Amino acid sequence: MEMKPLTRVILGLVCLLVAIWLVAPTLVVVPMSFNENKSLAFPPQGFSWQWYQNFATNPDWSSSFLNSLKVASLVAVLATVLGTLAAFGLDRMKARPANLLRMLMLTPMVVPGVVLAIGIYAVYLDAQLVGTLTGFVLAHTILALPFVLIAVSANLEVFDRRLETAAASLGAGALTTFRTVTLPLILPGILSGLLFAFATSFDEIVVSLFITNPYLKTLPVQIFSSITRDADPTVAAVGTILLFATTLLIGGGMLLLGRERKGRL
Amino acid sequence: MNPRAQNRGAAIDLDTVSKAYGSFKALDGVSLRIEPGEFMTLLGPSGSGKTTTLNVIAGFTDVTSGKLLVGGNSVVGVPAHKRNIGVVFQHYALFPHMTVGRNVAYPLTLRGIKPDERKARVARALDMVKMGDFAHRYPSELSGGQQQRVALARAIVFDPPLLLMDEPLGALDKKLREWLQLEIKRIHRELGTTFVYVTHDQEEALVLSDRIAVFNRGRIEQVGTGRQLYDEPATLFVGRFIGDSTVLRGKARSDGTSTALTVAGETVSAPRRLNGETSPVMLLRPEKLAIRRPGQDATGTNRLSGTIAEAIYLGSGSKYEVKLADASTAIVRWPLAGESFGLGDKVELCFDGADAKLLPDDSTADTTLT
Repeated sequence: MEMKPLTRVILGLVCLLVAIWLVAPTLVVVPMSFNENKSLAFPPQGFSWQWYQNFATNPDWSSSFLNSLKVASLVAVLATVLGTLAAFGLDRMKARPANLLRMLMLTPMVVPGVVLAIGIYAVYLDAQLVGTLTGFVLAHTILALPFVLIAVSANLEVFDRRLETAAASLGAGALTTFRTVTLPLILPGILSGLLFAFATSFDEIVVSLFITNPYLKTLPVQIFSSITRDADPTVAAVGTILLFATTLLIGGGMLLLGRERKGRL
Repeated sequence: MNPRAQNRGAAIDLDTVSKAYGSFKALDGVSLRIEPGEFMTLLGPSGSGKTTTLNVIAGFTDVTSGKLLVGGNSVVGVPAHKRNIGVVFQHYALFPHMTVGRNVAYPLTLRGIKPDERKARVARALDMVKMGDFAHRYPSELSGGQQQRVALARAIVFDPPLLLMDEPLGALDKKLREWLQLEIKRIHRELGTTFVYVTHDQEEALVLSDRIAVFNRGRIEQVGTGRQLYDEPATLFVGRFIGDSTVLRGKARSDGTSTALTVAGETVSAPRRLNGETSPVMLLRPEKLAIRRPGQDATGTNRLSGTIAEAIYLGSGSKYEVKLADASTAIVRWPLAGESFGLGDKVELCFDGADAKLLPDDSTADTTLT
């Protein structure tokens, strides 16, 4: 249907407003990171790179950043492996018990983070896992697993299992079939699960605040404690770096996927 | 049969094979011998056990009991991927993430064939199905008929001694189906491989097969050439499933040399004795019936009166559906050169008693026919 010019203008304006509303809070961070003074005032005054420098040189910041990278990478791998296996198992189970198990595994998404955090903290105190890498990885994996499960399950649902029968008829055993047919076809789901798991762990704050200690801080914990202690614009610098890193990562991923799809059609 | 057939094709022996799902018997004591290089079609309505039989041979389904030999060796318990049997599916089942060439090369790669030979064999298989120019395309870029030809190439490229096809043309339109039927027939001749073909389309079965096994309710009703099944059906089910037929039911009386059947007051007879059937029916093929106007001199010994209910022009002739006195319908094929009749015309059907088949009345045939 042809749109009237006025309708088109109004629609465009509304879209623009919504877009600004969604993106503005994120973009405010960018100019703040170049502030000359040690304040989080907006609009910022002057221009300087000093907060980026501080992020790179101050051990508080660089070590927490590395910790987060380490934890998130381990969580991404662990949650992806477990989540993919779980998705497979549930896909090949009888529907009723599978649905029950699926709901159980998805509970970390709906249970309030604070509740989960209290539970984990209580257990970690006894198990002496507070402030340890193992503790962080285990806790974050619980939170990341549902994302992998959802992503891979969605892919398995549209995966045509008759292709596995065909592969068998052509001489492929179960493992070969998985490697050459099933895995390549559900790889997009696994990769997006991996990405989600990494992101979930990387910016997790609620549970992390409970199980952190001065020896092991993740980046969100460092940001939180820094901003509650003093108005340090390094926070804005970190935010800006993360903003560009994630934009590059997601944008690159979408480009890659888009190219692959085009090659196939 | 192809002289190479003896070397290339595998024989298949099914010996009282049964498959039960709970209390439902998908296969109920099926025994069938398929000769090396033979084109055997498993024909039947849906749920009759033909696809289960194919899946059992392919190794996709375990048997509950019975013996299954391929090429003289028992394959019960052998997993599908070790049976070396080609399978073509109704839904093509091409790998969407591989090009046509890689799809066809897949079974060769699994068998450790060297790249040079692999390339040559892929090209040969694609040429055989006339898809040689499509090796670099993806399956999603092909039409249904093209995809099925690629699937066929993939199933024959590793020279299996046996090729199974499960309604491979079921998803295609009529024109394409007829052309591919001839292609499949040609490929069977060229390869000499044993083909087992599942279909519910009796015309397709007649076009393709050396022999046809007619399935009904998990059992084989009859095995034979298309002609045998058409001319000498062993059961009413087979007679009705293969080709058009008229079935006469009535009170039967046998006097030792012939059997008389009274249909709604009119009596017809066939020069044959009953073999102990309590309620026989007479089955007549459409070309064995003649139509006359009432009172005209009739050929043949038997007459039944009726009314033309439907007249269908077929190009090569006409097909009439005639409503009989007992409300059943007779089907007649009538040459264009003969007298033509209009809807509602009162007519008499004449036939030679020798052309009528006397068969036991398995009323089950009514419920399972689709």
